[in-house]
Amino acid sequence: MLAQLREQILAGSAEEYLSRLFDRIDRSKLNAFTTLDRENALGQAREFDRSPRKGLMAGIPIAIKDGISTMGIETTCSSRILKGYIPPYDAHVIERLKAEGAIIMGKTNMDEFAMGTSTETSAFGPTRNPWDLQRVPGGSSGGSAACVAAGEAPCSLGSDTGGSVRCPASFCGVVGLKPTYGLVSRYGLIAYANSLEQIGPITRTAEDSAFLLDVIAGHDPRDSTSAPAAAKGRYLDGLDGGVKDLLIGVPDEYFGEGVDPMVEKAVWDSVSVLEGLGATWQRVSLPHTRYALATYYIIAMSECSSNLARFDGLRYGRRPGDDKDWHTTFSEIRSAGFGPEAKRRILLGTYALSAGYYGRYYLKALQVRTLIKQDFERALEKVDLLASATMPFPAFRIGERISDPLSLYMADIFTVPVNLAGVPAISIPCGFADGLPIGLQLIGRPFQESLLLRAAQAYQATTPHHLRTPEVA
Amino acid sequence: MDDVIIGLEVHVQLNRLSSKLFCGCSTDYHNDPPNSHTCPVCLGLPGSLPVINRKAVEFSIRVGLALNCRIEQQTMFYRKNYYYPDLPKGFQISQYDFPLATGGHIMIKGEDGERNIRITRAHMEEDPGRLVHAGTIDRAKYTMVDYNRCGMPLLEVVTEPDLRSPKEARAFLDKLRTILEYLDVFDGSLEGSMRVDSNISLAGGDRAEVKNISSFKGVEKALSYEITRQRNLRRRNIRVVQETRHFDELRNVTVSIRSKEEAHDYRYFPEMDLVPIRVADWVPNVQASLPELPDARRDRFREQYGISDDHAKSLTSEIKVADFYEQVASRTDPRLAAVWIADVLKGELNYRSLGIDRFSPDHMVEIVSMLASQEITEDGAVILLRTLLDRKIPSLVDTEKPGATKAGGQLSVRVCDLVGSLGLARAGDQAVRAAVRDAVAECASAVSDYRSGNERAINFVVGVVMKKTRGRASPAEAHRMVQEEIEKGS
Repeated sequence: MLAQLREQILAGSAEEYLSRLFDRIDRSKLNAFTTLDRENALGQAREFDRSPRKGLMAGIPIAIKDGISTMGIETTCSSRILKGYIPPYDAHVIERLKAEGAIIMGKTNMDEFAMGTSTETSAFGPTRNPWDLQRVPGGSSGGSAACVAAGEAPCSLGSDTGGSVRCPASFCGVVGLKPTYGLVSRYGLIAYANSLEQIGPITRTAEDSAFLLDVIAGHDPRDSTSAPAAAKGRYLDGLDGGVKDLLIGVPDEYFGEGVDPMVEKAVWDSVSVLEGLGATWQRVSLPHTRYALATYYIIAMSECSSNLARFDGLRYGRRPGDDKDWHTTFSEIRSAGFGPEAKRRILLGTYALSAGYYGRYYLKALQVRTLIKQDFERALEKVDLLASATMPFPAFRIGERISDPLSLYMADIFTVPVNLAGVPAISIPCGFADGLPIGLQLIGRPFQESLLLRAAQAYQATTPHHLRTPEVA
Repeated sequence: MDDVIIGLEVHVQLNRLSSKLFCGCSTDYHNDPPNSHTCPVCLGLPGSLPVINRKAVEFSIRVGLALNCRIEQQTMFYRKNYYYPDLPKGFQISQYDFPLATGGHIMIKGEDGERNIRITRAHMEEDPGRLVHAGTIDRAKYTMVDYNRCGMPLLEVVTEPDLRSPKEARAFLDKLRTILEYLDVFDGSLEGSMRVDSNISLAGGDRAEVKNISSFKGVEKALSYEITRQRNLRRRNIRVVQETRHFDELRNVTVSIRSKEEAHDYRYFPEMDLVPIRVADWVPNVQASLPELPDARRDRFREQYGISDDHAKSLTSEIKVADFYEQVASRTDPRLAAVWIADVLKGELNYRSLGIDRFSPDHMVEIVSMLASQEITEDGAVILLRTLLDRKIPSLVDTEKPGATKAGGQLSVRVCDLVGSLGLARAGDQAVRAAVRDAVAECASAVSDYRSGNERAINFVVGVVMKKTRGRASPAEAHRMVQEEIEKGS
């Protein structure tokens, strides 16, 4: 789609196409965007129409999660504390997009500092699910998934710390890829839990996912955890290789209690589809799955308590009221600037890292993380990829779970182990339950995104789910 | 002072590096406006990431080896979490478990002889920014923050509590500085380049930590004050409480800033934005490239130039002095050069608070050579040194700038010309002999005192000779000739 769109824009008008998107956003009830960079973007589109430039993304608009730094465009992480912060530099992925001629439309809504599964913790109000406006779009990259599902943007970037790309992709019926840790530079991605997160593309199709990954993946010397250049594949090449040679593992632990039966059925149906295309499958076990949520939340909260310490209002962001002594001023700014979920995670993380508790919580979590990683290594020695539901249930109602953080955290059960292990995973639409999209999660070996994308492409070539669009506006 | 126990934590800026620890910003900010050497990384802007300066790791290994430390197989960084306005990320990237270097030692001049001081560890960390106040801290209406220093590469050197007096603490710092300058990783002349935290207690008592002393003199003063304070408390039967104190350099006192109960919990945990570094592989190369260190050079000077151990030590305690000496010693009498540089030139420089780079080795060679060939007297040599230092001759550093030729700079002043214009050429034998004859004739009563057994009376006559020759005679020579003259006449 993106490849065709590029040709259409070149033949037609980038400005006209972009104007249509902005019109659509103007009429939208989704609240997918926190900031629209309308004038700049339209200016660039006009410039493109006057003298078209080359590049993989030439003239193609893209929406960016508000946790990714964009030079000259307000970047807030959907938090009051960063209101007014305009980064003086571009994230690596933004540099890459611009180098290939993409046009940044604006910034998308998210859970505050990516802490959430529903985009309800945003300081700027929840984003709505285009399939049912009373429901959440998933999170934390809810705006990025909703805008693509509703046709407000042809593609977007999200970030995935514990499922934040895959969950909203699943809830909104689009494709979301979480790359291997280290494949995409995190330079410019505002950290929530830095040992877990990756920037990933959100698109309508697997092919577009490969298209976008080709642009944003690759070595960046400014990120010490960035993988060597050789780790990057050519993701569009070999996309149509089919699944005949693939052995798929279905993890026992990812089925059963707590999983919506309609979701479970859709996943089994998908495995059958892949089998029909020539793949084989077998059951596998990831025995430490039951510890994954506790492990994830201890690590993520510990890291966030440190990562979010820099927001003190001194150098950037909101600084309400008069200055008092620095200690009081920092406290006032942080009390007023962070929402309840951010505060909860900062407090819990601070506790977990405190003297006397460090060994019991953080260190223990790191040890279990190693076991979980080994689960994946062992399973992926036997099989080429793993298949499961992305989320145990379809999108829930706005307000349904937000007052019960634990039940909200439980929703991440199939996505967080992937981040703990650092392996790549993709969520693709695989059916509907009462009109709500269901996501199939495919998990692969480190740096074998090509394989994931090939399987997703084969699946989409024979299924219609990704072609359905919500009836909005 | 047998009961005094002191341990030091010395923060050394590796300021001979050209870029900061985790970003590409220049370390050469001392003459530039505040906040002009910053970038998203050292300002801790959201989304920025640190990348280790590998040269800084190499410099740190160099120091670790020179301090006789064991270098860790694999080293890694931790976050030290605390809030302060000069700390833009809300944490400092430092080391905790697996610090780069552990278990070393160096020799210092102790209260009675050489002492071995154990080094617990040396670890890398980033410097925070700097708070600036208009006027004094008490009176300023607001605080300003300068982030130029933020991200400067620091090495924290921690000693065991092996020091026994403020003087030994000072001797340790002097030795550490010498070693660091020999390693070419450190320039101690830059402001804030070395800052000291010190733990001090009296045997059996709790310890106080005095933080952030920024001068060598300050360390001695702060520790002396602290010893007196703790002794007085003990005399009044009051317990010393474990606490953190601040040294007020203006008033020369330490004041309490935090009690033990208020101590920070820094919540150290691994910095996942950096990857562990296998430093073991670097050690052989760094070891091989280590320069000759002060102690080794001292031994060599003694043997190669045949000079005394005291002179060798004095000449090697500053690398610039040692280099200066070798330049001179290779071209003239090395023993005479040692005496004149260690005993005379260093004193004249200290008196004027000048560095040795303000004196030309060529001038020194000329002076020492003229002394050796007896063309000038010792008094004359001292006058030459003082004249050259006080004529405000542009320093060598200035004249060695590209484009300036040596001949056109300081060397336009030649020592032999000065000797002429100042009339310092040693008087010839004939002139001295004439002066001696005249002096003996004029000082009849002194001569007769001498003859009647008052040996010291001769000094008066020698003094007259020196006056008559305007100091151009050698006093020893004059003494001998006066003696001969008197005995001849008797």
